[in-house]
Amino acid sequence: MAKLLNQCLDWIASWVGGSLPDDSLLGYVLAALIYVALLLGLVATSALIFIWLERKVSGRIQDRLGPTRVGGKFGWLQTLADGMKLLTKEDLVPGDADKMLFRLAPYISFCASLAAFIALPFAGRDFPFVAQHLNIAVFFVLAVMGLEVFGVILAGYASASKWSLFGAMREAAQVVSYEVPMGLCVVVPVMLAGSMDLVFLGDKQQGWFTNWYLFHDPFTFLVFWVYFTCGVASVNRAPFDLAEAESELVAGFHTEYSGLRWSFFFMAEYGSMLAVSILAAILFLGGWNGPIPIAGLLGLTWENGPVLGYLGNFLGMINVIAKGFLLVTVMIWVRWTLPRLRIDQVMTTCLKYCTPLAAVMFVGAALWHTTLPDRVFLGLLQAPEVNRRLTERLPDHSLDVQAIEQGTIAQGDAL
Amino acid sequence: MNWSSLLFLLCSGFAGVFAIAVVLSNNIVRMAFYLVLSLAATAGLFFLAGADFVGAMQLMIYVGGTLVLLVFGVMLTAQSQFVSMRTSSGELLTALMLGGALLFVLVFTAMNVPMWQPTNQPSVSEDTPVLTATPIGMALEGYRVDQLEQPNPSLRRGMSGYLFPFVIVSVHLLVVLVGAAYLARARRHHTESA
Repeated sequence: MAKLLNQCLDWIASWVGGSLPDDSLLGYVLAALIYVALLLGLVATSALIFIWLERKVSGRIQDRLGPTRVGGKFGWLQTLADGMKLLTKEDLVPGDADKMLFRLAPYISFCASLAAFIALPFAGRDFPFVAQHLNIAVFFVLAVMGLEVFGVILAGYASASKWSLFGAMREAAQVVSYEVPMGLCVVVPVMLAGSMDLVFLGDKQQGWFTNWYLFHDPFTFLVFWVYFTCGVASVNRAPFDLAEAESELVAGFHTEYSGLRWSFFFMAEYGSMLAVSILAAILFLGGWNGPIPIAGLLGLTWENGPVLGYLGNFLGMINVIAKGFLLVTVMIWVRWTLPRLRIDQVMTTCLKYCTPLAAVMFVGAALWHTTLPDRVFLGLLQAPEVNRRLTERLPDHSLDVQAIEQGTIAQGDAL
Repeated sequence: MNWSSLLFLLCSGFAGVFAIAVVLSNNIVRMAFYLVLSLAATAGLFFLAGADFVGAMQLMIYVGGTLVLLVFGVMLTAQSQFVSMRTSSGELLTALMLGGALLFVLVFTAMNVPMWQPTNQPSVSEDTPVLTATPIGMALEGYRVDQLEQPNPSLRRGMSGYLFPFVIVSVHLLVVLVGAAYLARARRHHTESA
């Protein structure tokens, strides 16, 4: 991207007789700004949609209509009206608060939530739609999403309010505990694909929905639901929203916040919901490969030229975002259906159910993968040739992982 | 000056400034906050060097670990509303001497290792990801793909995988954890006479 921008700028500069090297700072800064603007746009717009969706879905579940007036039909501009109201509110800071930390906390939460999107790909193959293509993307996303709680703890502490501190402490305990089963669940698709690269993970599931890791074997099917439970808990959504717990703690960690700072916490929450959902979509639901490979059937692949491949990637991006939105809708549905758990029940769910379940499923999936290699869809179908051939190439060596696995290179020789 | 050195100076500057802020601050939660920023800037340095596995590790372990430290700092030491710490001048002097000695050793070493001298190597290309985790994973299994060009065959064989030491270390850690849990376990007193 940066190189391409520099080449474009060089072409423009050549009109006035100037020139620009390929690795000039300008292209890199521009590329970074474009990525940030796109990701910020996605997170902010999806937060607008999710808040509206939350109101409508909760209304329907409670046999109400929800917002109906703002913006004509369905009250679709309701969130914008809410946003305007929040902008006009006074920015209050409690007198006893640690003022610097109090002011900074919402931004830290939001930054951590947004940073997770840097490594999330929206389409794969030859030209992946991803801000930074990392070899360890899964790990990076998990590491960064764990930092969101930091802003919450700072907010709870700096508010100098008992409700806030209680909420923050609960959230800290909850998020730190749920990282364990969540990490165990994420390891299962990583093990099946043999890579932590999210682009590679998505491409490994290309083709029909039968190739999705959700249907790989019974263990991965269960692991997906454990992951989703832990994901809901790690973003503090009901029934795990003990950090807010309106009926006990007023509003938990954001009791003292008002106006724009409060809305930053909400943007962070909806951003992490989307990040967790997109990660689930890439790990288990085939990522940019739809249930039916429309792009492949229409010939929109990279083999048929860059323009068609790009269009195919665009379809893939729609797929990823649609799957992410679907999972967020399920989260909203769950929130308005289940009652809130007590703190001991939350811990029991994590330590006595999710963690052992994830560990057993991990062992089960490993055994399944070794006894039935190259089988998909509960072992009923043979994995497509193109998926099996896909392996990571090691840089600067004529050797790839598959050659070692097939025993072409003996262990002693490779050392 | 090219752009990567600019980013390096930015990240290292952040790390250094916030590290000093940790020392100069009195409030324990602010200290933890500055420490997190300093460690995150260090993670940024790792990412800049193309070592994204180490960078993510830094984020996960050090920044995440400081988070837990922060929680314990608030929970265990909060007597008044905002905890502050005072250091005596004797402690300050000892810390200065120790820190200065460590700084001297580190700077001395960094300047003298020939492999760490500045080179004119091209920076990593941006569009293809650098494989950072895969070689480590393969080395654990016994394939040192980074040593394939090693001309000396006995040296190549000598540097076989890390799996054995890794397993020993992890078993050791497990023993330590079990021991800690044993020592810290709640002793049940059956005082149900009332």
